[in-house]
Amino acid sequence: MKFGLILSISKALLLARWKQTLVAAVGVTFSITMFITLLSFMTGLNKMLDGLILNRTPHVHIYKEIHPSEKQPIDFESTGHNFISSVKPKNDLLDLRNSAVILKALRDDSRVLGVSPKVNVQVFYNIGAVDLNGVLNGIDVAEENRLFTFSEYVVEGDYQDLKYVPNSIILGKGAAEKILANVGDNIQITTSKGERVQLKVVGYFQSGLQDIDKVQSYVSLATAQKLLGESNSYITDLQVKLKDMTQAPAIAKEYKQIYEVEAVDIQTANAQFETGTAIRTLISYAVGITLLIVAGFGIYNILNMMIYEKMDTIAILKATGFSGKDVKRVFITIALTIGVFGGLFGLFFGFLISSGIDNIPFKTEALPTIKTYPINYDPRYYLIGGIFSIVTTYFAGYFPSRKASKVDPVIIIRGK
Amino acid sequence: MSTPVLQAKDISKYFHDPYDIQVLKKINFEIQKGEFASIIGKSGCGKSTLLYILSTMDTDYEGDLMLDGEMMRGKKEADLARVRNEKIGFVFQFHYLLNEFSVLKNVMLPGLKLNKLTSSEVEEHAYEKLKILGIENEALKMPNQLSGGQKQRVAIARALINNPLIVMGDEPTGNLDKKNTEIVFDIFKELAEEFNQSLLIVTHDNEFAERTHRIIEMEDGAIIRM
Repeated sequence: MKFGLILSISKALLLARWKQTLVAAVGVTFSITMFITLLSFMTGLNKMLDGLILNRTPHVHIYKEIHPSEKQPIDFESTGHNFISSVKPKNDLLDLRNSAVILKALRDDSRVLGVSPKVNVQVFYNIGAVDLNGVLNGIDVAEENRLFTFSEYVVEGDYQDLKYVPNSIILGKGAAEKILANVGDNIQITTSKGERVQLKVVGYFQSGLQDIDKVQSYVSLATAQKLLGESNSYITDLQVKLKDMTQAPAIAKEYKQIYEVEAVDIQTANAQFETGTAIRTLISYAVGITLLIVAGFGIYNILNMMIYEKMDTIAILKATGFSGKDVKRVFITIALTIGVFGGLFGLFFGFLISSGIDNIPFKTEALPTIKTYPINYDPRYYLIGGIFSIVTTYFAGYFPSRKASKVDPVIIIRGK
Repeated sequence: MSTPVLQAKDISKYFHDPYDIQVLKKINFEIQKGEFASIIGKSGCGKSTLLYILSTMDTDYEGDLMLDGEMMRGKKEADLARVRNEKIGFVFQFHYLLNEFSVLKNVMLPGLKLNKLTSSEVEEHAYEKLKILGIENEALKMPNQLSGGQKQRVAIARALINNPLIVMGDEPTGNLDKKNTEIVFDIFKELAEEFNQSLLIVTHDNEFAERTHRIIEMEDGAIIRM
């Protein structure tokens, strides 16, 4: 009842200056629209770019590195300074020792989402008289697809053929173009040990990173082991995906100690991505919030003007028994009405524009999985936008309304 | 004898700008229930200033003001607003109707603010008051469609909506022609005599004042006749 009265007075004042009110509300709508669009687009882009690397990168990468002996023989004899380092690293396989046991232990670890074993093979692609450098990744097809969305990057052919067709290969797109190999063709490669092998092309792989696509190709784990002439326990890398990525550094450290292997976490390996993402998001917020504050000043101005124009009304309301508090409520209600309606329309238009952008075709060689511009529809941004529009308009209304509440009716009425 | 509706005890007021002047000098008087009093005096004698103090809108004074036996000193702004709402009806020289609202809504506003009756009851009361003033047919018009005299009558209806203890007027006929002045005077008289309404009207129209029950004459911030 009481609030209804305040509301009806606010409504009357609002409608009395509806053009100005509209301009103020459009200001809020515009800024919220831009805020939503900007953030949806920016974070969508961020997610996509990060996904490009992060989806394909294990959270913890376990491998073996060939080290020289930590102490040269002379160190055992003298404690003084010496510069003799004649003992080189011994010829050792890159095989992870006890890989089967480690694999089982990792898979039993409750923090781990999954583990995909890998065998790296250095090869040459033979094209007529020319040999091209290449790296074959022997993978567990099913696990690789489950953990690292392998299938999304296979642009031609069926990725499962890698598992079912013996001696098959999925060629990197760049490499395939150089070799002039089509799906279904046989190509010839030479392993680092000098063996020549025929492999059947069952698909193309495109990661979006040119340098990788020119060199890397995929074969099944068994094929890779066979190329090297090793047993089926030969594994060079373990790619661990965790349930919680943020734990990666601690877990990597732990594995390094337990299994006496090299273990690198994703944060160390890709530090630059997080920084880039954080800064881009920050810029979006800064722009959005600036827009809102500008809109807030607009509301402030309009309310101030309204108060000067409606001085008589305020004075008479006070003379007939409305308190300063009531007058303040009236003007805050006006500001909040502008904020709420402007904000709601802003959210709506923001959604509309972002879904528009979402439908604009965006095709690029570098990003095979992307068909349209990426948009992130996270409801969090809508919530932030909504709250922010109300908060700014509240403050924009607060100061003028305080001024209105202090209007002295005697001065206004006597001044006539 | 019953409590007077309004009591002024030693009310003094100073203006400090540009230099200190005492505009009211120890004003003492009482208004009884049903009394129709007028305050006259030359312009600048402090009669409007006194009225604004009596109406609780101006709180910067010395002395005591009692409304219905209740001390006004030391009350908070919100409490004074409630006193004005409930106990005082105000009629100004200018009508001060709100152009955004219809005549009926203008009359209803103080009643809705009081929040003692439902809005349909307030509406009923508003119609009653408009009828007393003979303008019930204009209820749904907007204020700017009315003549000056009609507007002033709407303002009087608004002053009456909460059945106030006292109606105060600051030159309520100052902007009106002879005929409308007559109408307004008759309304005031009727209110006082038939509805036992107390009225305190500031005016410099001596002819108007002569016909009220009681004249309080002021000069240089003091009462010289009452």
